[in-house]
Amino acid sequence: MDMNQYLSMFIDESNDHLQSLNENMLELEKAPDDIGIVQIIFRSAHTLKGMAATMGFEDLSSLTHQMENVLDLVRNEKLKMQDHIFDTLFQSLDALQMMVQDITQGGDGKADVQSIVASLQAIVRGEVPGGTDSNPPTQATGATAAINTGIQLDEFQHSVLEQSISEGHGVLYIEVAIREDCQLKAARAYLVFDLLERYGEIVKSHPSVQDIEQEKFDRRFSLYYITQKEASELQSMIVNLSEIESAEVMSLDHETLKQLSSEAKVAAAAETAEAPTVPASAPVDGKPAQASKPAAPDSKGTPRAGGGAAPSRTIRVDIERLDVLMNLLSELLIDRSRLEQLADEIKRSDLTETVEHMSRVGSDLQNIVLKLRMVPIDTVFSRFPRMVRDVAKSLDKKIDLIILGAETELDRTVIDEIGDPLVHLLRNAVDHGIESTAQRIAAGKPETGTVQLRAFHSGNHVFIEIEDDGGGIDRDKIVSKAVKNGVVTQSEAAAMTDEQVFMLLFAAGFSTAEVISDISGRGVGLDVVRSKIESLSGDVSVTSTLGKGTKFSVQLPLTLSIISAMLIKVGSEKYAIPLSSIVETGIIQRKQIRNVHGYTMVPYRDGNIPLLSLASLFEVSDFDEAAEEETEIVVIRKGDRLAALTVEDFIGQSEIVIKNLGKYLPPVQGVAGATILGDGQVALIVDPNAFIK
Amino acid sequence: MGEEMKVIVFKLGEEEYGIEVDKVQTIERMMPITRVPKTYSFVKGVINLRGVVIPVMDLRGRFGLPETEYTDHTRIIIVAVNEMEVGFIVDSANDVIDLNSDVIDSPPDVVGGIKAKYLHGVARLSEERLLVMLNLSEVLNRSEIIQLESLEG
Repeated sequence: MDMNQYLSMFIDESNDHLQSLNENMLELEKAPDDIGIVQIIFRSAHTLKGMAATMGFEDLSSLTHQMENVLDLVRNEKLKMQDHIFDTLFQSLDALQMMVQDITQGGDGKADVQSIVASLQAIVRGEVPGGTDSNPPTQATGATAAINTGIQLDEFQHSVLEQSISEGHGVLYIEVAIREDCQLKAARAYLVFDLLERYGEIVKSHPSVQDIEQEKFDRRFSLYYITQKEASELQSMIVNLSEIESAEVMSLDHETLKQLSSEAKVAAAAETAEAPTVPASAPVDGKPAQASKPAAPDSKGTPRAGGGAAPSRTIRVDIERLDVLMNLLSELLIDRSRLEQLADEIKRSDLTETVEHMSRVGSDLQNIVLKLRMVPIDTVFSRFPRMVRDVAKSLDKKIDLIILGAETELDRTVIDEIGDPLVHLLRNAVDHGIESTAQRIAAGKPETGTVQLRAFHSGNHVFIEIEDDGGGIDRDKIVSKAVKNGVVTQSEAAAMTDEQVFMLLFAAGFSTAEVISDISGRGVGLDVVRSKIESLSGDVSVTSTLGKGTKFSVQLPLTLSIISAMLIKVGSEKYAIPLSSIVETGIIQRKQIRNVHGYTMVPYRDGNIPLLSLASLFEVSDFDEAAEEETEIVVIRKGDRLAALTVEDFIGQSEIVIKNLGKYLPPVQGVAGATILGDGQVALIVDPNAFIK
Repeated sequence: MGEEMKVIVFKLGEEEYGIEVDKVQTIERMMPITRVPKTYSFVKGVINLRGVVIPVMDLRGRFGLPETEYTDHTRIIIVAVNEMEVGFIVDSANDVIDLNSDVIDSPPDVVGGIKAKYLHGVARLSEERLLVMLNLSEVLNRSEIIQLESLEG
């Protein structure tokens, strides 16, 4: 079979599982006693193991198998989660991540995981590095460790099985898992039962046949089975049924049968021990096996977050195909503008109507395509909890990362680029923002620092804020450093607002860290963060209160591909100005223009704003507003600063597709790119940010 | 025997130049060019080539030759080198010839006033016909242009 076609699916799904494993492990670290989370982790690991084994990635599947063994003990409450177990499991996840990455890059996913496997095995054996374990796990043999905690049998069933073993019949313990996306679980289970009944006798199943028929079960069921068939043969028969994820068949002897059923009893007893706290309104009827459910998956009724959500109704699409779609759409939009122009000139009502209809369809199509490209920012945020945990641990700080608005959606192109700057800002918050535990206690703050990561929509923009409750930024320190580095003079610094001073952090080669730590000081400063964000047409700002904390706020456009713009004319040339930076348009009289300190200014609202001539900025040869009595202006904004651009004429508002100027041209100041107009001409997109210093 | 190759032949003034055919994407007639402010003087602007925005340069300007009016024969040769797509405006382009690399000699120090570094070599087609083979990556080299521009400025 050609595995290649499944490879990308395998990689995608493995990454999903690894992500969910990481997330749930972090959850578990906060609530180590929540068996529900362990179940989810176990299931994820189990699926991953199955997939890896199918694809023939031995190292991957054997490592997951070892993890499963540990998790199995935990979920059966034979092992308590402890720090070193978390660390080992996280290490395993990292190793798995590396293997999957290797596979992604065309490798064979082989890695030396001996030491991790050894420590996982040591955990299973109940060995604790450095110190005695107050809660040693009960011994688990290799065979049972990988398998579920049997089913509780009543005496009759037990003796039937015992007898069968004595008589030389095969007694099997079978655990079947149905695929997550299976629509008719009960029907699949029926197929399994049907198959089994042909070759032997089912003594007992869990959940009960009745429950299974009513779909009252998760994706797994297990059963005791008497047959003459070989375990391996049966297993392959079951797995060959469609939509069966896995089947584990274990052949039992007296010893293992006893062990299994006694384990089930212990688990069931633990369950029933909790039960009396709930007042029983009706006396429990005579079916102990049914009433007190064994600790099989999901018996605790924990909400099944993540792990086995409803079958996903999505498909994965290669981003390149979406890009092609986007390009085709942009061609269509250009033709649409052209048709609109033609219809305008020809003035035939049926043509106009058709073109209008086409325009509406075009806009809808554009919206849909843009939405297709929208990805929740969660895909970026989700890797941060783990990172913050590790960084905090290495710095010996206690930090809570609170993520809000992870469902906020952003264009794929922005998502791909924004990760690194955010990593930097978060590391910065953890490293420099949050003080050491001792300092925090001295300052009367809670020992655990808080870093909030928020994302939200506002207008045509997405805001991402990173706020810490750390020590804040010391203005004087920055000023003295900036003066020392020659970034500003002492007198300039004195006149600056706090915010302007904080923005100095983003100047090239500026680091406030007194000590270069492992985390920062890699030669990458905040200046790189800023230039990255600005290359995404975004903006970043800082506010900080000394002693209270710091907030970095990143503003990003929703999409980088299509924007609304005002088309304007200067002489024979046409330009597009992004609507997002336009405050308003207007007309000024020549006599309103004033000269202030050699700058031309115009009155606007309560004050004066600088007046810039687009014609002279862009050296347009065939237009000069000096000859005009009245001049059209566009008031543009960067942050809270405004300026007016003089233009010759407004053409109108239009949706434009942003294209770059080609690799050959160096970046042109004031030009953000180009777009193709309805008539096929190229118009440059003005970058107003470049004009406001 | 050296390698056989196909070469696009174009003219700047009386001089004939050659570019290997695999570097050339298309040859276009003159089309509207949108000026890009504040760039090199020989960069005439950008064109819309079937939905892709491509910068075009006047090759005469690039070589420091006097620029002339565009005529019906003027062509834009779109080349792609190092993932850069650029259009060259040339006086005319109307020939494709087969060439054996044997006939290419290393460039003399000065040919028609054009710096030898832009040249890959000179191919002798016949007694009176010489073809100047362009070294495209040098023609597109930006760092050198910046020096040149600053000298002019």
